[in-house]
Amino acid sequence: MNIRLPAIIVLIISAVLFALSWNSYGLAVTLGAFFTLGIFSFLYKDNPFYKFCESVFVGVSAGYWFVQLYYQNLLAKLIDTLGTASFGWIWIAYLLAGIFGFMMLMRLAPKIGWISRWPLAVIVGATAGLWFITYLQSNAMRQLENTIMPIQVFTGGVLDWYQTIGNIVVAFGTVTGVVYFFFSKEHKGAFGGAAKIGIWFLMITFGASFGYTVMSRMSLLIGRVDFLFSDWLRLVQ
Amino acid sequence: MKREIPLIITGVVGIVFIVQFFIPHEPFSSLSDIFSDWFSIIEACAIWLGALNLIKLSLDKLGKPMLLVTSAIVVVALIVGIVGAPDEFLAGRFPLILFAVAFLLMALGQYSRSKMKPDWFFALTTIASFVIMLIAGLAFSGGRTFQEPGTHYDYLYRSVYTPLSSTMFAMLAFFVASASYRAFRARNREAAMLLVAAFFVMAGRVPLAEFLGTLTPDAFSGAWATTGGFLSGAADWVMNFPNAAGQRAIMIGIALGIVSTSLRIILGIERSHIGGE
Amino acid sequence: MAKGTQGGFWQRLMAIDRRVIFLAVGIAVSAPFFLPISPKIHITPEVESLYNALKELPAGSKVLFPFDYDPPSAPELQPMAVAAITYCLENDLKMVIMGLWPQGPQQANLALASVIEGEVGDVITYNGKTFKYGIDWVNLGFQEGREFVIQRMGSSFAAAFPRDYRGTPVDELDLMRGVTNFNNVDFVFSLSSGYPGTIEWVQLAGDRFHARIGAGNTAVQAPMVYPYYRAGQLTGILGGMKGAAEFEVLVGVKGGFGTRAMLSQTFSHAIIIFFIIVGNIAFFVGGRPSRLKGTEEV
Repeated sequence: MNIRLPAIIVLIISAVLFALSWNSYGLAVTLGAFFTLGIFSFLYKDNPFYKFCESVFVGVSAGYWFVQLYYQNLLAKLIDTLGTASFGWIWIAYLLAGIFGFMMLMRLAPKIGWISRWPLAVIVGATAGLWFITYLQSNAMRQLENTIMPIQVFTGGVLDWYQTIGNIVVAFGTVTGVVYFFFSKEHKGAFGGAAKIGIWFLMITFGASFGYTVMSRMSLLIGRVDFLFSDWLRLVQ
Repeated sequence: MKREIPLIITGVVGIVFIVQFFIPHEPFSSLSDIFSDWFSIIEACAIWLGALNLIKLSLDKLGKPMLLVTSAIVVVALIVGIVGAPDEFLAGRFPLILFAVAFLLMALGQYSRSKMKPDWFFALTTIASFVIMLIAGLAFSGGRTFQEPGTHYDYLYRSVYTPLSSTMFAMLAFFVASASYRAFRARNREAAMLLVAAFFVMAGRVPLAEFLGTLTPDAFSGAWATTGGFLSGAADWVMNFPNAAGQRAIMIGIALGIVSTSLRIILGIERSHIGGE
Repeated sequence: MAKGTQGGFWQRLMAIDRRVIFLAVGIAVSAPFFLPISPKIHITPEVESLYNALKELPAGSKVLFPFDYDPPSAPELQPMAVAAITYCLENDLKMVIMGLWPQGPQQANLALASVIEGEVGDVITYNGKTFKYGIDWVNLGFQEGREFVIQRMGSSFAAAFPRDYRGTPVDELDLMRGVTNFNNVDFVFSLSSGYPGTIEWVQLAGDRFHARIGAGNTAVQAPMVYPYYRAGQLTGILGGMKGAAEFEVLVGVKGGFGTRAMLSQTFSHAIIIFFIIVGNIAFFVGGRPSRLKGTEEV
């Protein structure tokens, strides 16, 4: 099918709409609509407008982060401290931080890029050290603590069947789920049976996650449609 | 020394962060504070590295003549930015000068390697967008108050960055629908359980039954309300009990994996982050 | 109808161009904007729990607002932010805004602008009351460092954020003079779409520094934080746009985006459910094994 004529018609209509909206509502909204429709055009087919919008996005994102990190981190924390603090251990520590940061940038030069391993070692070591405790405490111990709890729940002196059955489900599901992830023993017999039940709980978890993911993705689209209908075309309040 | 010093740094920093949980006093509290600040500053430089690498890769696609022209235009633009920047030297001129020097060094380094590629125009667009955002933010947005509503930086954030980033992710809605239609099959018991859970969550987390009730005669509104309550309750139950159980099992598994990997990294058994020779 | 024709029809249906599916989704999301229907929103226990935790805060309490999201997540999280800010302004709660994502503080300004009368400045007006920057609310801006920023805040907010988003030294702000660390903050309302976000706030601010935390999450992240809610590490969860709509109803925000968008959300879920059902009917009718089997037999 020759799509040249329909494509030209779509382009003309879009150009007229953009001109009208620039005149009526200003450049900001028009630019927003232009970029929104440019990205959405990918849904029909990959095209130069989409590629243009994509490359603008990449450049603007990089520039955005560059400016933010300078003002909020490097200037406010590093440069201001070196400029105002008196000479001492703190000043030396921040100078070392600046030197490590500079060493990080040396990764751009292939011959001396190895020097970036030192600041990387700080990042990796710090993350390993902090996560060792936080994940053990919050994600393992606290979760286990909340799983090993009285199954029966009483509300106003009466057995709350909803919570009681729910607590049994949570305890049973957690244990069988953890059994599934134990791969050092073959999943056979009673152990294999527990692992199979664990898979069922995990499937329900993944189904719930899928349902919420659909909600999330649709919300993002609804936001963009709201912008086009409310802010650009002014079809709805 | 290229590998030993980083391993020592990893070990020392890691141990300080573990010990400060148990001994939150001097010197471990001060050391962990200092290392946290180091982390912030090094991370900021790491992201700068990413941005500069992007420019370097884009320059590589331009070819020699276009690279020269682009470099000249960028330098002129940066000079305009430096001249127009706020009076506080560190709050505008300094980073622009730094970037100008880095850009020229990268252009010089890439000149011999640069070959014009078919997507050279888009690489040029990337560089242009980056430089425009940089100059708008560092030179013409009032310095430290750069992100106040009404500045050029804020304007570009609202009119360019926001629609582009939002729409990129909004497209996922269409692909989720297409994937659901083509690939989401109840091939076996486990897949069917996944589907059923997804159905209850999707149907229960929106007022679907209540909406259907508005389309039918009032006599059925009670039935629809009951259905809506059932679906919503089912979704609540799925999220609070079986989902919580499965998520908890995954969390515990991941936590134990992180603990063992962290220990291996701190003790120097795991060395992949150091890289090759 | 002959079996061959049936199989042909279903196979043709399965081979439909994906752009037709895209068009169907586009119509499903767009059409409700023109329908004047507002379905009733059912309030879930986890949202009510968060609202009740806020209600317990007396006037003058300090609420820390980490805005840890970017524009793509704004349709879900911005309505939550707007409702939360509305509640704080109506009930004289002091707001300390910051972000572990660079876009967060700017999104906070946008949320504030949509609540107040006029523009965001040193003095803002809401419902006839005036609020002053530095006394009633502050925006500390963004700091790179992910969970290490939270770790640093545990000893000193001022050291983690030496200047606010305008570059003003933090010790010049009246509100921050009384805030050293998490002991001086009454509630943490985390608005988060990923990493770093709610999970890091729970791990450090909650479990290490004993702050009370409530969470507003995108729907992608929400299922992952239910275990924290069950374990009492979170006071409540607002999950996705539905959570935002429920919170708007509880706070009393009229015509909030979350509530307005619920019909579009409903239609979009309905069409996904429809696609899944049709796809599975085609799968089973089109000559594939119809008995459900366990994984070991496939």
